[in-house]
Amino acid sequence: MNTKGFAHKFGDNVDTDVIIPARYLNTADHKELASHCMEDIDKDFTKKVKTSDIIVAGYNFGCGSSREHAPIAIKAAGVSCVIAKTFARIFYRNAINIGLAILECEEASEKIADGDEVAIDFDTGVITNVTKNETYQAQPFPDFIKDIINKGGLLNSIKK
Amino acid sequence: MAMTMTQKILAAHAGLPEVKPGQLIKAKLDMVLGNDITSPVAINEFNKAGFQDVFDTEKISLVMDHFAPNKDIKAAQQCKQCRTFAKSFNIKNYYDVGEMGIEHALLPEKGLVAPGELIIGADSHTCTYGALGAFSTGVGSTDMAAGMATGEAWFKVPSAIQFNLTGKLQKWVSGKDVILHIIGMIGVDGALYKSMEFTGEGLKNLTMDDRLCMANMAIEAGAKNGIFDVDETTLAYVKGRVNRPFNTYKADPDAEYEQVINIDLSKITPTVSFPHLPENTKTFDEIGDVPIDQVVIGSCTNGRLSDMATAAEILKGKHIAENVRCIVIPATQQIYKESMKLGYLETFIDAGCIVSTPTCGPCLGGYMGILAEGERAVATTNRNFVGRMGHVDSEVYLASPAVAAASAIAGKIAKPE
Repeated sequence: MNTKGFAHKFGDNVDTDVIIPARYLNTADHKELASHCMEDIDKDFTKKVKTSDIIVAGYNFGCGSSREHAPIAIKAAGVSCVIAKTFARIFYRNAINIGLAILECEEASEKIADGDEVAIDFDTGVITNVTKNETYQAQPFPDFIKDIINKGGLLNSIKK
Repeated sequence: MAMTMTQKILAAHAGLPEVKPGQLIKAKLDMVLGNDITSPVAINEFNKAGFQDVFDTEKISLVMDHFAPNKDIKAAQQCKQCRTFAKSFNIKNYYDVGEMGIEHALLPEKGLVAPGELIIGADSHTCTYGALGAFSTGVGSTDMAAGMATGEAWFKVPSAIQFNLTGKLQKWVSGKDVILHIIGMIGVDGALYKSMEFTGEGLKNLTMDDRLCMANMAIEAGAKNGIFDVDETTLAYVKGRVNRPFNTYKADPDAEYEQVINIDLSKITPTVSFPHLPENTKTFDEIGDVPIDQVVIGSCTNGRLSDMATAAEILKGKHIAENVRCIVIPATQQIYKESMKLGYLETFIDAGCIVSTPTCGPCLGGYMGILAEGERAVATTNRNFVGRMGHVDSEVYLASPAVAAASAIAGKIAKPE
């Protein structure tokens, strides 16, 4: 599995309240959630983001609330992968469970600039910065988690 | 191998003699919790996957608390969806307006969580029940759906940080000040993926409400769970509430901790978290003149009876400052009723506050006290992220009920005297 897109850069501790503010949690509609994605941290994000683009952030991405609306909003906005130095644990689980690709990689987070074109090979964990002609190695997932992703999310993986 | 308290509970629920940090396990669940915001997403997933039944009608709790009483038509639709689901699967612990309270105050009060149990909840503050010596952690809606269907969840066994508590809190200092102090010290990702285990001779000086408040905010340090040793205070609390057998676990004396942090409770002073992260803590020697527009006393962190008592003690016979709005929200119907009997509600109203029915409301910027552009609130809640209580340019200062009540009177962030 591979993806390629342009980077949207964010800092440390991007919390789920700015990813999708609680005032929009009165719906579970994916498109409606996507239309407010990142609104309180970058109000033009939904205008700028294109299908298969990539979010690149620092430490503790997705901290705060357990709302699955956060990875849903990001995925439904067209983002194909989030790269961060670390993820908050509930966001990490939720992303895997709903099939939003995420990768932990300090070097990629440091070196990728806003707007860089980035290609990702999920099987090897190799992240290629096409703009800068550099590659970075992310931690690949353990097999248990690969299995959930390959089966199309948690619920598909536990169905008898 | 020696294990921490958390590791012992996980091993017991996974049917394994021992577990190690980093190990992936599948464990049996004693309770699966959801609210009116996270349950609709879980129910959609549950239905889409085609599950025909829930694993146990008594081990699922659905609590309508975030946008209930329904704040708008969409919120009403979401509660209706939960109500219909609860009815069709005969879910016993469904709590709607009239019976509901804020989930993390309600479940311990009703005896739905007990020491040694394993609880997941589609709400990040599910870590609250660690105060009772349970393993309890927040998950997302898909985990909740899977939990409702199978009674199981996967976990990565966490390593731990031990907090060794000594001493006794000073007057007007509470569990809230202790946990804000700790988050200020270790940071919002200081315990990322880890357990925070609270132990030591100082534990006996912390009330159950102090412990519930501290465990509640373990997630604000990034922790997977916060957990307290079970002692006489715990057993006295669960007596008469929990009518089923439960096990208590104790960490092995030689259990490995990544870090041991000593906290002398007597040295902690009233602490406030400044915007926009809970780790931005200051004590009063560092706090200047910070005028405020609103005070919120309530939430799953600080809406319990002792919180109401503290606020009432400070507000009694006083009046809040002009231009300050003070919203008091007892966290459950029981707490509301007790507060009424004890005269706290009258004290609040006479002081110029309003008293609301239980709801998460303003804590997450839902309703019942949204901030305008440039406004500041002192709140006994748990998060002060950008836009958390309203406008993206508003500010939330996290504090204890004592500081919040004193601030309401002073019209600025103030120390209780």
